[in-house]
Order: sequence, then structure tokens, then C-alpha cells
Amino acid sequence: MRPVDYVRPLDVAEALTLVAERPAARFLGGGTNLIDLIRQGVERPDTLVDTTALPLAGIDTALGGGLRIGATTRNSDLADDHLVRTRYPLLAQAVLAGASGQLRNMATVGGNLHQRTRCPYFVDRESPCNKREPGSGCGALEGIGRSTAVLGTSDHCIAVHPSDMAVALTALEAQVELTGPRGTRQVAMGDFHLAPGETPHLETVTQADELVTAVLLPPPSLGVARYRKVRDRASYAFALVSVAALLDVHDGRIRQARLGLGGVATTPWRAHAAELVLVGAEPTDEVFEAAAAAELAPAKSLPDNAFKVQLARRTIVATLRRLRADGSAS
Amino acid sequence: MTTTTPAPALRPAAPSRPRPDAPESGPWVGRPVDRRDGPTKTTGTATFSAEYQLPDLAHGWLVHAPIARARITAIDDAAARAHPGVLTVLSHLNTPRLKPSPARPSLLDMSTMVGGTSVDYLGTDEVFFDGQPVAVVVAESLEAAQYAASLVQVDYAPLPAAVDFAAAAAAGRATPVKQSLGMPTLVGSVGDADAALGRAAHVVDLHFTTPGHNHNALEPHATTAVWDGDRVTVWDATQGIDWFRKHLALRFDVPVESVRVIAPFVGGGFGGKGSVWAGTLLTVLAARVTGRPVRMALSREAVNRVVGGRTPTRQRVALGADADGRLTSVIHEAVLRNSPVGGGPEQVVGASGDLYASPHVRLATSMVTLDLVPNTFMRAPGESTGSFALESAVDQLAHDLGVDPLELRLRNEPETSALHHRAFSHRRIRELLHVGAEAFGWADRTPGGRCDGSQLVGHGLALAYHPAWEFPANVTLLLRRDGTALLRCGFQEMGMGTATIQAQVVADALGIPFDAVRVDYGDSDLPIAPNAGGSTQSASIAAAVLRSAAKLRRAVSRLHQRPGESLAQTLTRVGRDVEVSVGSDVGVGAAATSVRFIATTLLNQRRWVRAASEAHFCEVRVDADTGEVRVTRWVGAFDIGTVLNAKTAASQLRGGIVMGLGLALTEETVVDGRTGRIMNAGLADYHVPTHADVPHIDIHLLDDPDPTMPLGVLGAGEVGITGVGAAIANAVFDATGRRVTDLPLTLDRVAP
Repeated sequence: MRPVDYVRPLDVAEALTLVAERPAARFLGGGTNLIDLIRQGVERPDTLVDTTALPLAGIDTALGGGLRIGATTRNSDLADDHLVRTRYPLLAQAVLAGASGQLRNMATVGGNLHQRTRCPYFVDRESPCNKREPGSGCGALEGIGRSTAVLGTSDHCIAVHPSDMAVALTALEAQVELTGPRGTRQVAMGDFHLAPGETPHLETVTQADELVTAVLLPPPSLGVARYRKVRDRASYAFALVSVAALLDVHDGRIRQARLGLGGVATTPWRAHAAELVLVGAEPTDEVFEAAAAAELAPAKSLPDNAFKVQLARRTIVATLRRLRADGSAS
Repeated sequence: MTTTTPAPALRPAAPSRPRPDAPESGPWVGRPVDRRDGPTKTTGTATFSAEYQLPDLAHGWLVHAPIARARITAIDDAAARAHPGVLTVLSHLNTPRLKPSPARPSLLDMSTMVGGTSVDYLGTDEVFFDGQPVAVVVAESLEAAQYAASLVQVDYAPLPAAVDFAAAAAAGRATPVKQSLGMPTLVGSVGDADAALGRAAHVVDLHFTTPGHNHNALEPHATTAVWDGDRVTVWDATQGIDWFRKHLALRFDVPVESVRVIAPFVGGGFGGKGSVWAGTLLTVLAARVTGRPVRMALSREAVNRVVGGRTPTRQRVALGADADGRLTSVIHEAVLRNSPVGGGPEQVVGASGDLYASPHVRLATSMVTLDLVPNTFMRAPGESTGSFALESAVDQLAHDLGVDPLELRLRNEPETSALHHRAFSHRRIRELLHVGAEAFGWADRTPGGRCDGSQLVGHGLALAYHPAWEFPANVTLLLRRDGTALLRCGFQEMGMGTATIQAQVVADALGIPFDAVRVDYGDSDLPIAPNAGGSTQSASIAAAVLRSAAKLRRAVSRLHQRPGESLAQTLTRVGRDVEVSVGSDVGVGAAATSVRFIATTLLNQRRWVRAASEAHFCEVRVDADTGEVRVTRWVGAFDIGTVLNAKTAASQLRGGIVMGLGLALTEETVVDGRTGRIMNAGLADYHVPTHADVPHIDIHLLDDPDPTMPLGVLGAGEVGITGVGAAIANAVFDATGRRVTDLPLTLDRVAP
């Protein structure tokens, strides 16, 4: 592995200074993704600024009834937190659906938000990849494509976003708190990740000198929620399709619906088109089908990933039907 | 270093009759004795090949070609050499050439079978497959070697390459394989199977595909080597200590006696460590060139790139049957792949000539040659993929006829093998079907599946048939006057419990307690053991143990053994120790062993069909919305002949079934058909089963000795994985009505 400098600052200001001084420095969370990529020659930082000694871990109630999740909170602590489990079960389910117990014990919330794609052409330094080496081409467009995206793609990149947690945060309308030399700002989850367009190497709005310091959850919504992950084996596999869904039915009509999709898109995907169909309608199978169809209408598939369009449709409908049953049971 | 198993100083000789209330008394064979290597494995104190500490140890790391066919036009290693700690960068520009690998394998010298590829790694500027090692960096630290390897710049002039199996097979570029004498069945015909198919009342004619697989053993290929003049000691993760030793002697042009191979523990092989691949050769070479002890443990990616895997297959199974479901024709054709630099055919179609009665049979195998890392043995080569096709087709025939698939198999149970009309040494398929069906509750299922909420539940059945072989094994056996014994044999402990079960065999053969038997193994200084391959090792060593015990008894009887006196009692009384040996490692004795082996193998093949067999029964749940398949229940009824140790045998068979779950549901080595590059060379993307994918597996053992095998043992290593693919595919068919003929059974193939 390429030699790197390693520093473990104790406060945020020091961490920001270290990164500002070294353009090729990277923040290190649990290292479950970044270290692999350094070993594979995909990431080439000269300095790792370890964030895990920063005073950022912990989950607290926020003003107005939401939650503030510190950026260095471990994924396993997040999923195990009483407030998260009782008030945001969708998030706990999503986190527990990801990776393995060992990886969740290491992975941090801030690191998870910056998790990079598992596209085989991205992680293989010998293959062309516009995300890894802008302008080198995309190996996946005519290559092995079972894992690739059908939504949010461009001619330059069809790599899928791998996170489960981020899909749930998108559906929960979380805010990401970024701290940099110019102060602190908040970005909605829906705006945090960038579609590949012509610049697939740019994946989030985080600037090089900024650090994610927290994720803020709004107060819990009414209704029932569920994270459904569809994958090739029962554990330790990335989603082929995942659905983070929240449904609030009142007086026979859908008062609120939130839908996030994973495994099918280049970013954690908020299914706005489906939500538009759902809200105000009766929670019937036909409405669920129409919502799924509306969301997937712009899907662009290749022979290898064409199954994902149907799989996503069926998983969305099945999850909504399940929530309808959950809601009427509660 | 030799690994020994503990033995107490003195124990009384065993009583002549077994006493069930006395756990230290015999018989030991069959008993579920704990593995002797268990504590050292579970406490992490077992030493593996990459863990031997030597003074001045240097570390090696490979540089791989990222192209399938090319000539190297330039190598710039200046930056790598300049990196602190780097000792050297070896490539074809500066490395002494090795002697070539044997051109073709010979039964007379089985070590000729272990050259995984003929590529002369650092002796050529030619690249034959993506991932081929083209340079080795040797450095003072692992980190320096790894980083410096990334600094080596290699330029290539590409050559045309054929790398797409599906395209080559579809284009009809396969060449028929000829049957070799003594080798497993690849080709064969009786009657006129095609004409009989045309006349049949019922016909099933299906095409199947299975992908390439990689072994992905927990321990990567790892070697530590140190030269002392022209003598070399090699700690290696190998399934065949003696064959590796001879291969290394040949390649490095030194006498066999100058090579010592040490491998007490191997962290899984599954065939991947059955041949000498790049890691072993290049570590020994690096140690020779640098004059330093060198260690190289391959990365997970490197294991996938430089060690061959299981060939993909395209198969056709056509079955003709009369109105009662009796088979009139069996046709099984397979297309496999090899490489210009190695690889070979597998017995994909072999069992189709033995498993069912049919007057007409035609078996055929052909190969396409591709510029990929050569294919190699992987657990149940041929049988694992061939049984998927045959047993899926039989299930389809049962469905078409409206007959219970169990009943259909009973109706087609043969008296002699269909292809060669040979007798079965022993055949218990009917019993297996009955025992398995009873344990599973087969008769209580709902044929055609049932719904449970959003899940479709189905049940499947498949047979497994795996030929039994026997290889020569050499041992020495010492019985001391204190009643303890020492068995010496150069096998390796790869997780099967070999040392434990052979100690059980010795204990019974000499009438002494299990704890009084020590077993030395894991070193080429010991008598030659056969490779751990082909499910042969336990039976082969047990045969030698029995012969040595007989010899020892004769020797003791010459010491005025008194009536009623045990062997140990005689030795105690006369104050002597007696040691005997079986087999000869060198010279005329070794040559005679080879000739006898070939003669016996050929003779036995003409006399009998011998095989371990199994009936698999399983339950699957298929998500009606997504097509996800989860296996929820498993019963395996096995005939492996005599059970040497009920615990290690069940464990071995369970392991095979778990590996079969991977074959059925998830495992696939994904090769980019444009470049020939493996695109999932790691455990995150090559999906082996996780714990959550494995249901409770209920193992039933008939424990019925095969009368023609030593101690009645048929081998348990590979029959477990065989048939699993079909059992699951048949259960998925039962649940969903979809006959999936392509592995793995991923949800996109299963979903409606």
C-alpha cells in the first residue's frame, strides 16, 4: 500500500487546519471503505486525518424534537440507539441491513455518507472509469453490469450508490451538517449527493476543506415505515434494490408518503414522482403500481441490469402493501 | 518441523472386547471423536505457511499483467528498486529460467499432474492470461514490497486473444475430447441414444449453463522458502506435499532429496492448492535469487488471478422414457474450457452413465481453448456441475409424467451400470431415498409447492454420485513396549481431521487406546502420503495403516506371543519396540508401487463401478415479489461406506453442502468477455454463503462398508457438494413452476 501520513487530531479546528494544509489529505472514519480503496490503488491520499478522536460521536435530542447524530457515531451504535430504534426504526433497519457486524462496528455515519461505489470498473485500477480517472471512459457501459444503476445515470457513469443508511436518511429528509473554514452549513440529504452528469468524480457537495460534523433528523413523521433490502444473499451483500418507505394513511387516503430507493440509482434516490402519485390517493394496489411506474418511467437500463426496473417496481409495491397492512394493524 | 499429536506416556492396553461404558475402549472407528487439531485451530496457535518466523525474512509481492495476451516490450523497475527496503525486482529480464513443467501428465509419476500451467512465469516475455505474474518484488517488509510492486511499469504489445466462453461455445468452436484409459468418464456410448430419443414416448431435452467458480479458501496461497546451498525448505499451503516436492525438484533442477516441503496445516484447499501455482514457484525462486528466506502470501485478488478455478459449462441433457417413465435414452453433452497453457476436461457427464438404467446412453465432452488462467480441480470437478444438469432433467421428466421424482428414480434403479454394464461394488441408492424421505417427511409435502404469506415454499430432491478412488500411501508404524504407537505419514491437516481418524484406525488395528496413538504428519521427511484430492486420502491412508498393522502383528507373533496376549503385552514382556513400514518412497519399491497402482486401478475399473452416493432433500422459500431464494431445510442421506468418524464425516459432508449452496445460489466468477479479466476477484463480490444463508443440515449416514474398498471407505470429500445445485433448482421449480437451467439461481432468473 502507498505510504501515507496519519494524524489523529483531537478537535475539529485542528482537523480542518490539517486538511487545509494538505490538498491530498483525506478524512478517515472507520476506514471500512477508504482503506480498501487505498490498498487497491483507487484512492491515493498522502495524509489520513483520523476523525474518530474528534468529539463528534453521540446521539442527542435536538431542539424541535429531532435528533442530532454526531458524524463519528459508529453505525452499530446508531442502529442500537434507543431513540433511533423507537422513533426512526426505518433508519435502524437500514443500517442493520448493511455490511456485516464487524464493518458496522467500525463504520461511521460521516464515512458512510462518503462511501464510494462498488462498481467493478471503479474498484479495478486497471479498468477505464470516469469516476476514478476523469476522461478515461466507462468500462461498465458495455461491460459487466448487473450491479449498475438505472436511475440518475449519464453517458459517463452508471455506477450505483452503495449505502443503505443514506437511502433511509434521504427518505427521512435528514440534513447534513458540514463544518469548514467558512463556518457551518446544512445541506438537505436530497441535495448532498451529486448525480454523475459529466463529472462523475464529484459525488457530494462536501468541499475538500469541509468535514461532516453531524446528521440532523427532523421530528419523526406520522405513519409507519420500513426498509426492505433485496440482495443476492441473506447477509453481507449490497442491495440490488432497496426501498425505504414511510406511509401515513388517514381517513382512507394517503396523507404522507416518503420513498427512498437504493441499489438502482447513482445517488441515494428520493422517489418524488412516486410520492406525488401517492399523496392524496387511496392506498390501493393500483395506486401503488402507478406510483412505482411513475418513478421508474425515466429508468434507462442495459441488458445486464434490466431486471432491476421490474424488481424495483415489485419491491416498491410489495413494501407499500406491507406498510398498508402494518398501518391498519396498528 | 513435524507436527505431532499428543500421546500420554503410558496407558494400559485396550481390553479385547469393547465396553460401551468405558469411553477409552475400542472400537474407535466410527466414533465421533473430537479432532485433535481442534484446540490449536480454535485458539489460533496452529502455524500456517505464512506464519513461520525465520531470521532475515524477506517478503515478496507479485506484479500482474492486466491483459490477456501480449508481449512485454519494456519493464521499468527503477522507481521500485529505489524504494527503501526493496531488495530486488525479478522479471524475465534478470531471472534464471526454471526447467519446464512436465509436458503431459503420466499415471506412472502422479507428481506430473500438479503443474497448474506450463507458463514459465519469469522466463518469458509472453503473457498468456490476464493476471499472469510478470514480476516479483522482494523487499525487507511486506509494505515495501506491496508499494514497490505498484511502481513497476510494464509496457505490453497486445496480441489477439479469445476470452469469451459463452461466445466461443455458442460459435461451435469446441473440440471433442478423447477418453483416456484409466481416467474418469468423459465420452462413451452404448446402443443408439439419439435414435432411441427419437422413438421415446416422453422426451425431456434441456440446455444448461454453469459459470466458472473460484475456490476462495479461507487461507490464501502462501509460501515461505529458504535455501541452504542446493537444499531448500518450503513451507507451503499445499494439498500434496510429495507431489509438490517432486515438482519443485524438477523445476529447480535439484535432487528430490534436496527439497523439503512442510505443511502440517492448510486452511482449506478445495482443489485450489492441488497444483503448484505461481505463488509457490516464485517464492522459492525469489529465495534462491536473493539468498534470503522469502515469504509470500498472495492477496485475495492475486489468488483469483493466478490460481485457476472451475471451468464454466454448457450442457445438454436429453432423456427419453417409455410410458411408465423407464428411461430408454440418456444423452449428456458438455462443453468446457481449457487454456493453451494448461487446464483440462472434467467428468461432467461421467455419472450419467452410472446413475440410471437405460439401454441407450451417449456421453460427450468437448472443450474450447481460451486465453484465461487455466481451469483446475475444484471440489467434485465435473460431478458438481454435471449433476445439476442430469438431476434437473430427471426432475423435469418426473413432473412431465406426473410421477413423484422419488418414485421415478426407484423405477430407473439399475442392476449394472448403463454405460459399461459393470457391476456395482455396492449400491444403496434405494436405501438412501427411503432414509432421506423418511427424515425429511417427503411424503407429507404438497407437490407443486404452497404459499406462506408472500413466500412460495417448494421441495426438491436430487441424487449425488461420486466415484471412489484409491491411491498408494506409505506409512511407518511403531508399537512400543509401553503400549503407545506412532504412525508416520506425510499428509497435511486441511480440516478433514485426517490425523484424528487415522489414529482411530491405528487404535483398533493394534487393540490400543486412541490416546496411545501419536500421528506425525505434515512433512516430506515422512513417508509419502497421497494428495488430498478426489476424496481419496482417508481410504488410501487407512489401507496402508491396515497393511502396516498386519505386518506389525506378524512381527510380534514371531516374538513368542502367548495365547490371549495383546500385541502390547507381548512387547512389554519381551522388552522390545517394533516398527514396520509399508510402501517405499524411492527406488525399485516406488516404481513397483506405481505399476501396481496402475494395474489395480485399471483392473478395478473393469470389475466394478464404485462410488459414494447421496440423496439430497431440501426446502426453499422464494419471495413471490422479488424472487429471492432462501434454503430453509436440508436432509442429506449418505452412503460413504464405512464411517471412520461420525463427527468429522458429517462435518465434511455439511461443508460440501454449504459449498453447494454457493454453487446453486450465488457463486460466479465474472469474466469481462471483452478483456478476459475477472471482475469480482474478492470476497465482497464473489458471494460465498454467509451463516445466514445456511439452514440446519441434517446428515444421515448408512455406515455400510463397501466390500471392495479398504476398511469399506468410499470417501466423503466431494459427494456433499454434488447434486446440491439440482436439489435447489428442483425445489425452486416446485415452488414457482420455473425451471431455471442457468446457475447461479439469482433472483433475476427466478423471479416471474
